[in-house]
Amino acid sequence: MELRINQKTYQVDAEADTPLLWVIRDDLGLTGTKYGCGLAQCGACSVLVDGNVVRSCVTPVAGVVGREVTTIEAIEVDEVGKRVVAAWVEYQVAQCGYCQSGQVMAATALLKRTPKPNDAQIAAAMVNLCRCGTYNAINAAVHELATDVATLAAPAGEIV
Amino acid sequence: MSTPIDSALGEPINLSRRRFLVASAGTAVGALVLGFGVPLGSARMQAIAAERQAAGTQVSAFLEIRPDNTIRLLCPFIEGGQGTYTAMAQIVGEELDADPSTFVVDSAPPGEAYVVMENGLRITGGSMSVRMSYPTMRRLGALARAMLLQAASARLNVPVSELTTEPSHVLHVASGRSLSYGELAGLALDLAVPAIDSITLRDPSQFRWIGKPVRRLDSYDKSTGKALYTIDLQVDGMLHAAVQHAPRLGMTVGELRNEAQVKAMKGVHSVHRLPGAVAVVAERWWHAKRAVEAIQVQWQEPSSDSPLRIMPADFSSVAFRERLANEPGPGRDAEVEGDFAGTLAKAKTPVEATYHNQYVNHAQLEPPSALARFNPDGGLEIWLPNQAQDFFLADIAKRTGLDPSRITLHTPLLGGFFGRHFLYDTANPYPQAIELAKAVGRPIKLIWSREEEFLRDPLRPMAVVKFRAALDANGLPVAIEAVSATEGPTEGLAGKQGEKLDPSALEGLTDKAYAIAHRRIAQIYVKGPVMLGYWRSVGNSLNDFFYEAFLDELADKGGHDPYELRLHLLQGNARLTHLLQSVAELSGGWKRGPFTAEDGSRRARGVAMASPFGTETAVVAEVSIENGQVKVHDIWQAIDPGSIVNPAIVEAQVNGAVALGLSQALVEEAVYVDGKPRARNYDLYPILPPARMARVHVKVIESGAKMGGIGEPPLPAVAPAVANAVSRLTGQRIRSMPFSSYTFSQPT
Repeated sequence: MELRINQKTYQVDAEADTPLLWVIRDDLGLTGTKYGCGLAQCGACSVLVDGNVVRSCVTPVAGVVGREVTTIEAIEVDEVGKRVVAAWVEYQVAQCGYCQSGQVMAATALLKRTPKPNDAQIAAAMVNLCRCGTYNAINAAVHELATDVATLAAPAGEIV
Repeated sequence: MSTPIDSALGEPINLSRRRFLVASAGTAVGALVLGFGVPLGSARMQAIAAERQAAGTQVSAFLEIRPDNTIRLLCPFIEGGQGTYTAMAQIVGEELDADPSTFVVDSAPPGEAYVVMENGLRITGGSMSVRMSYPTMRRLGALARAMLLQAASARLNVPVSELTTEPSHVLHVASGRSLSYGELAGLALDLAVPAIDSITLRDPSQFRWIGKPVRRLDSYDKSTGKALYTIDLQVDGMLHAAVQHAPRLGMTVGELRNEAQVKAMKGVHSVHRLPGAVAVVAERWWHAKRAVEAIQVQWQEPSSDSPLRIMPADFSSVAFRERLANEPGPGRDAEVEGDFAGTLAKAKTPVEATYHNQYVNHAQLEPPSALARFNPDGGLEIWLPNQAQDFFLADIAKRTGLDPSRITLHTPLLGGFFGRHFLYDTANPYPQAIELAKAVGRPIKLIWSREEEFLRDPLRPMAVVKFRAALDANGLPVAIEAVSATEGPTEGLAGKQGEKLDPSALEGLTDKAYAIAHRRIAQIYVKGPVMLGYWRSVGNSLNDFFYEAFLDELADKGGHDPYELRLHLLQGNARLTHLLQSVAELSGGWKRGPFTAEDGSRRARGVAMASPFGTETAVVAEVSIENGQVKVHDIWQAIDPGSIVNPAIVEAQVNGAVALGLSQALVEEAVYVDGKPRARNYDLYPILPPARMARVHVKVIESGAKMGGIGEPPLPAVAPAVANAVSRLTGQRIRSMPFSSYTFSQPT
C-alpha cells in the first residue's frame, strides 16, 4: 500500500491491520515514535494524521492510506511543531525522554487546532503518561505557547 | 589508524546520530584503556579499588577532544532521565575549563578505568553517581587541563607557568598567542597523566558551571525523537523476537499444541523453546509478537528442585499480606536504644497501630529489550538497558562461557529506570536474546511486550509494620517500637536472610533523627514467592510513609500539633530544624487546617520528613476530597543535599520524585491472584496521570553538609505528608497505600 508520511510517499508491504506504529518503526526505520503499551494507554506512540493526534499503536495502517501522517521526525517542518520543540527545550521538559515524542505531538495537535487553549482544553489534550513526572514542566511549556499567540498564528491543519 | 574508541564501542550501523560519532571518531586520540578485570563481587571490587592508585585518572579513557573543540566524555554512569550526563559535563568541564554545552556524553563501556565511586563500585543507582564521584571527576577534568597546558607549553616553547586557560583555549598572555583545545588534543592526550598531587582544583567560589542551572545536553534530542534507546537500535541482518513467558515463574515449556500453525503464520522465521518461555523470531516485531501470543503452550508445573523462585498457583497478594500481619514475632533487632519494653509497661498512654503497603511495579515507559549479535570472530556484541555494566558483563560471561574480553556491552539511554535495570535473574531479556541469536545465526532484537514486562518485572516489597509507642504525661512520645514483617529487596535477590539484617528492608524506620529515647526497630523476615527489586528510594518509599504517618497519630493522641511535635523532637538539631521551618515558610507558614480554599473546597495540610540517601527532606502537602478520592493540590518540598551541582536538574528530580510518590500513594498497586498479576498493562495498573499531578514548590538548601543524593530522596516524604493531610481533613486514619482503596466522604 501507499503511505504519505512526513510529506514523502512510501510503498509499504504490510497487512492492513498492522498497527501504524510498527510500520513506522520497523519498515520505515523512524524510531522517534515510541512503543509504550500497545493499548492506547500511554500515548508514547502519538503521531498526527491529517493534523489530528492519534495513537499509532492501535491504528491499523490501512486506515491512514490517503492521509498525511506526521511523525516526530518531521515535527520541526511544521511551524507550530517547531515552536513546541523550542518550548520543550526552553522549559527543559525531558527527563528520560521516552514519552516526549508523544507529548510534543499532542501539544502540536492541540495548538494547531486551538492556538489559544484554555486550561480545560490543555488538560483534555495533554493526557499522555510520563513516568518521570514531567507533567508540571509540560504544563508550563504548553501554557507559555498558549499565551504566545503571535508566534503561533499558523492556521490550524496547515503544514507550513 | 582505526581508533580504539571506535572498535571498543562498535557502534551499531544505520543510525544517523551514531554515525556522526563514528565518523568523527577518526579524530580520536590517545588510547582507550579498557579494563577487562571483571568484578566477581563487591569484596573483590573493593580490593581492586584499594589496589588502584587513583580512580578516574586514565584521562584518555574518558575524554576525546575534537578539532572543533567539542568534547566527548565517556561517562561512568548511565543517563536515564536523572541528568547525570549533564552533571558530569558540568563537573569535568568546570576543572577542564570547557563549557558543558560543548560536551557530547556517552556511556562508558565496562571496565576498571571507570570505577570512580568512592565506595569502589560503579553502578548507576542509590542516588550515588554525583555524590560518590564528585572529587574524582573534578580531578579528571583538572588532569586533562594540565595535559593541555603541557602540550601548549611544548608547542609555544614557553613554560607552563606563563600559560592560562579560558574555555576551550590555552592562552599565552605575554605574546597574545592562543591555541584551542582541539588543536592541542592530539599532543596533549598522548602525554603521561600528571601526578595527582601536582594539580590544584578550582576554588568553589570561582565556579562558572557547578551550582548553576546549566541546560541539559539531551533536551533537544529528546524533544525531537532523535534520542536512541535500546529498543530503537538496528543492525544489519537483524531479526526481531518476541516471547511468551510462563504465567507463573518456575513453570516450564511443555507441548506447543499449535506449533505447525504458528510456524506457518505470516512473517514467522522460527519458533523456539527457552527456559520458562517460548519465542518467535520474525522479520518484523509485530509478526513475532502476534505469533508468539498465538502459541498454545502446555505449561508444566515446576519441579521441586527448580532453582527459580517458584510462584505457586494459589498465591494471592492479599492473603500474603494477611500472613505478614499474623507472622509471630518478636523479630530480629535492627536498632535498640534505651528500654522500650519497660517504658511502654509504665506508659500512661500506650498507642498501637498496624500499617501496610502494596507491591508496586517499575512501569518505566520503555519496555525492556536487548539486541544481541555474534560477530564473525565469535565474539558477542550486546546492547541492553542496565544500571551496572560490570555486573552485567560478568553475568553474560558466566551465561555464555565467553571470556569477558570477547563480549562488547553497550548501554544506550534508559527510557526510565527507577531501579528496574539492575541484575535481576529472570527479569531481563538479554539471556533470551543471546540464546536466540546463537540459534538463528543472525542478530536478534528482542522486545518484551508491555504485558510480558508486567509479568516479569520484580516488585517493590510489601511490608506490614506493627507500631507501639508510649506517651509521657505531657503527651510527648518517649518510646517507639516498629516491627516490620517483610522481605527486603537485597535479601530477596539473595534468596535468604543474611547474617546482618537487610538495610534496604528497614531504611526509613531506622536511624530516625527524632529524640525519642526508647526505641526498638525490628524485622520479622518472611520469604515470599514474589521476585523483588529496587524501586526508587527503596525501603524509604514505604517505611517513611509508615513512620511519619504514625508520628502524626502520636501527635494527635498526645494533643500536639504534628509540626510543633516534630520541631520539639528535633530540638538541638539545627540542620533539620532549619529544614522543617523552611518548608513551612515555603508553604506560606504552617497551617494545618481544615480550612476553606478560595474555590470553596475544604482542605487540610500535612507535614512529613525523610532522610534518604544522605539527603534531608521535608514536605508539606495540601489536599481536598474530590468524588470520594484524594486530590493533592500542592506539594512544598525543602531539600538539603548538602551541596548541589545543578539546581534546575534538582528541581526537575524533585518534581519527578513527587510524581512517583503521589503515584504510589494515590493509585498504584500490583495485585496477584492465583499466582498471576491482575494487571498486565497500564489499563489495570494505573500510574499517576497528568490530571492528578500536584503543583510542586521546591526549596533547595545547601547546608554544606556532606553531599547527598538527588534522584531518590525527594520521594519518601510525599506519601506520609499527603496521608497526614487526609487524616486531618477527614478524621480517618490512613494506614495503608494506595489511598484509592479508601472511600472518603466529602468533608464539611
